[in-house]
Amino acid sequence: MSLQPPLIKISPTRELNELFSDIHPPLTPRQAELESARCLYCYDAPCVKACPSEIDIPSFINAIHHENIEGAAQTIYSSNILGGTCARVCPTEILCEQSCVRNKEAECAPVLIGLLQRYATDHAQFEGHPFSREPETGKRIAIVGGGPAGLSCAHRLSMKGHQVEIFEAHEKAGGLNEYGIARYKMTEDFAAKEVDFILSLGGITLHTEKVLGRDLSLAELQAEFDAVFLAIGLQGTRQLMLAHEALETVQNAVDYIRQLRQASDLSELDVPRRAVVIGAGNTAIDIACQLKRLGSEEVTLVYRRGAESMSATAHEQAIAKAHEVQIKTWSKPEHLLVDDAGALVGVEFRSTAMDQGQLIDLDTTYEIGCDAVFKAVGQTLVLPENEGGLSSLVKSGKLAVNSEFQTAIPKVYAGGDCTSVGQDLTVEAVQQGKRAAEAIHSFLILADKA
Amino acid sequence: MANLKTTFAGIKSPNPFWLASAPPTDKAYNVERAFEAGWGGVVWKTLGEDPAAVNVSSRYSATYDANGQVVGFNNIELITDRSLEINLREIEAVKKHWPEQALIVSLMVPCVEDSWKRIVKLVEETGADGLELNFGCPHGMPERGMGAAVGQVPDIVEQVTRWCKLHSRLPVIVKLTPNITDIRFSARAAKAGGADAVSLINTINSITGIDLDQMVARPIVDGKSTHGGYCGPAVKPIALNMVSEIARDPATLGLPISGIGGISNWRDAAEFIALGAGSVQVCTAAMIHGFRIVTEMKDGLSRWMDSKGYESLEDFRGLAVANTTDWKYLNMNYKVVANINDDTCIGCGRCYISCEDTSHQAIAKLPQPDGSNRYQVIEDECVGCNLCEITCPVSACITLEQREAEKPYLSWIHDERNPHREIGH
Ligand SMILES: Cc1cc2nc3c(=O)[nH]c(=O)nc-3n(C[C@H](O)[C@H](O)[C@H](O)COP(=O)(O)OP(=O)(O)OC[C@H]3O[C@@H](n4cnc5c(N)ncnc54)[C@H](O)[C@@H]3O)c2cc1C
Ligand SMILES: Cc1cc2nc3c(=O)[nH]c(=O)nc-3n(C[C@H](O)[C@H](O)[C@H](O)COP(=O)(O)O)c2cc1C
Ligand code: SF4
Ligand code: SF4
Ligand code: SF4
Repeated sequence: MSLQPPLIKISPTRELNELFSDIHPPLTPRQAELESARCLYCYDAPCVKACPSEIDIPSFINAIHHENIEGAAQTIYSSNILGGTCARVCPTEILCEQSCVRNKEAECAPVLIGLLQRYATDHAQFEGHPFSREPETGKRIAIVGGGPAGLSCAHRLSMKGHQVEIFEAHEKAGGLNEYGIARYKMTEDFAAKEVDFILSLGGITLHTEKVLGRDLSLAELQAEFDAVFLAIGLQGTRQLMLAHEALETVQNAVDYIRQLRQASDLSELDVPRRAVVIGAGNTAIDIACQLKRLGSEEVTLVYRRGAESMSATAHEQAIAKAHEVQIKTWSKPEHLLVDDAGALVGVEFRSTAMDQGQLIDLDTTYEIGCDAVFKAVGQTLVLPENEGGLSSLVKSGKLAVNSEFQTAIPKVYAGGDCTSVGQDLTVEAVQQGKRAAEAIHSFLILADKA
Repeated sequence: MANLKTTFAGIKSPNPFWLASAPPTDKAYNVERAFEAGWGGVVWKTLGEDPAAVNVSSRYSATYDANGQVVGFNNIELITDRSLEINLREIEAVKKHWPEQALIVSLMVPCVEDSWKRIVKLVEETGADGLELNFGCPHGMPERGMGAAVGQVPDIVEQVTRWCKLHSRLPVIVKLTPNITDIRFSARAAKAGGADAVSLINTINSITGIDLDQMVARPIVDGKSTHGGYCGPAVKPIALNMVSEIARDPATLGLPISGIGGISNWRDAAEFIALGAGSVQVCTAAMIHGFRIVTEMKDGLSRWMDSKGYESLEDFRGLAVANTTDWKYLNMNYKVVANINDDTCIGCGRCYISCEDTSHQAIAKLPQPDGSNRYQVIEDECVGCNLCEITCPVSACITLEQREAEKPYLSWIHDERNPHREIGH
């Protein structure tokens, strides 16, 4: 997909990796030594309770402090095999670091848990894979979707001695780690390296470009495997429902981010001079900041409610401000404006307000000129084609599972973004994949005993 | 501002902060800089007989706290490695230049009367204010029958002290080694020999750590190491105890004490003085931070004295001595229990786990609806050991409060639970 002019082309002398260097630079050994000393080694630590994947944070920080980096990394991986990704992408300000007791002290500053986690996972040097597999059980499990949930589930099941096959629609595994996370959070080819690391355990076969509903069916998987785990994420994007939305210059933010993440050369990208981003979540912030880094002159993020209702965390909003992204609140898009030739020239917004708990339209409207519009108003579950049977599982837009991640279909489990469990975060997907693996394992062992 | 002027064993100095005999006082260049920086006195790096000692390369090692700050410092250096003549000429010149500052000369020669007689005379001629007899060096020198080898035998301490008093009119300070079982014996010996004062502590035999790759202690001299002498903040508690032992000992009552060992700030100095020290000596803090550190030491000490209404050092010197007593005189009826301040508690759980695992199971963990814990002391179980207060990272969050205050003083000597109690009184 290419955008229409007027577009700016960035000087090709600037490397993409330079534009998208780490937003939070990694700690140096000395910084890690000092930061790890700040951890109080709490008992029944609040940070652990706040980590969705239940990493033993005081233990791994203590290990870092005493220069046992492999021990630290192993502790992290034993709870979260994607600990390297989570260290980069977790909104720690609403998770572990928010709960750190050191916020409450006079210094009001949490231990930098995420950066320490990154330090351990970046620097650990294992001979081979840090975990071993239990003896073969003879059980086989199919996993649909090679994102964080699928990978985490696969790793844990393989550790338990089961054979795992992952069926992934794209040419690379990793899910949104590979295709969706902001490029300045996950730099270079970290996502691919992490997939290799996980697969190096053995017992996991990855089939790429295999789409459930197109290349294989749930019925076949049920017949051939002892259990199936669905980890298909959210493949749909909410639309604005406005005229001219089909224009090439009106894009889904996630599609553009995917293109950006995969680009190895800036010349592969079209960058609008002025862009409007609709949305208020982290995806909206991510696209806005990435456009700014690419060289867009004006990026305006527009949200129909007030800043306090934005799902992007305060920390993310601050990052947007640091990138000189304009944030406009209390406005909703009403018309996509085109010129006589049919090219996008701007967006007309209507002002909104709260009235007795109701969002209402006001009389005023205004226009923002732009060359492209990016939609970041949320991802939705799209059921695989030809798998009508799955529609019975959908409750309030997502797959329904019980506390053991079982769906109503026998032998079929689900986890990650495609379910209604937890928040849509990488670390949540990892935890759900891990817990689903434990549940599948117990189920298979019980089935054997029966 | 309070008056920091000091007279110690007849030696006057503008303040009680002296540099201990060590590299900072090794030569005129350093000592000039030290006096410019405001030190009240110096004890010149220990002199010996020619030929001068020769040092090895790689000499120091250290222990560190969690933030990488030095807590303990170890050295394997010997006494001065410059000739006696050069040292004496420099001492003479410095003393002329700085008449108000105390200049004491540290000495270590073989245990022969003539050797001591000769060197004390030479020092006297420089115009120095006093002598310090180094009976403490724990490494290298004892192998040659000097330093700690002398300090560990009270009879020799007494003998050498007597020779120095006999042959010199200068005040004699005997520097004691802590590498003994009971410091009081050497202090008594020094007093018996006529010492005007004692100074303590010298360094403690130590190995700070092992290089686990090379399998050798630090500092490493071509693959080998040797024990050194330990000093710095880590040794302060040992030094304070030894100072208090001498200050409390009726046999050495009134003997001036120059306190040494881990003094790094004004508070440390005040503590030594409260236990009876008349001057304090500093080595490691100066070696780590440079001479400027004395600025904060002097300022802090005089402001604290002002806040307490002490006009001179004598106003508070020794005030803690009488309160340092034997265990058997402690009040068995005194009871304190821990109390946690919910408002400042940050919920780290350290008090709970330390008491639960290693003490008296006297702290309750109370889960709250929001998933956090509240911690509460179970008074009936609490023995008032202070462990929770010590492990709590928030200052003054846990306090120990007095209970059963109405009961009278009862020492173990008269306690019913003591099978050997004294009946009566
Ligand atoms: C733009 C963006 C930015 C984000 N940034 C962050 C962030 O900074 N921090 C954070 O914690 N979270 C972030 N998230 C959320 C996070 O990426 C997700 O919560 C996480 O990736 C969910 O993992 P998953 O495995 O459930 O799904 P996904 O990562 O979406 O993986 C699903 C996988 O299933 C495959 N698949 C789908 N359908 C089929 C099929 N029919 N057959 C075979 N394979 C199929 C897909 O190709 C994909 O590989 C972001 C999300 C987006 C969209
Ligand atoms: C490198 C070094 C050399 C020392 N040399 C001597 C010495 O020659 N004579 C002496 O009496 N004490 C010597 N000491 C001991 C110090 O004078 C002092 O007693 C000891 O370091 C404790 O004080 P501090 O904790 O302030 O360092 C030396 C100490 C160090 C660190
Ligand atoms: S996984 Fe995320 S939430 Fe958990 S400790 Fe690591 S950075 Fe924090
Ligand atoms: S809450 Fe903070 S201080 Fe306590 S263990 Fe966790 S990171 Fe360390
Ligand atoms: S150690 Fe202190 S801060 Fe921590 S839980 Fe106990 S009282 Fe609270």
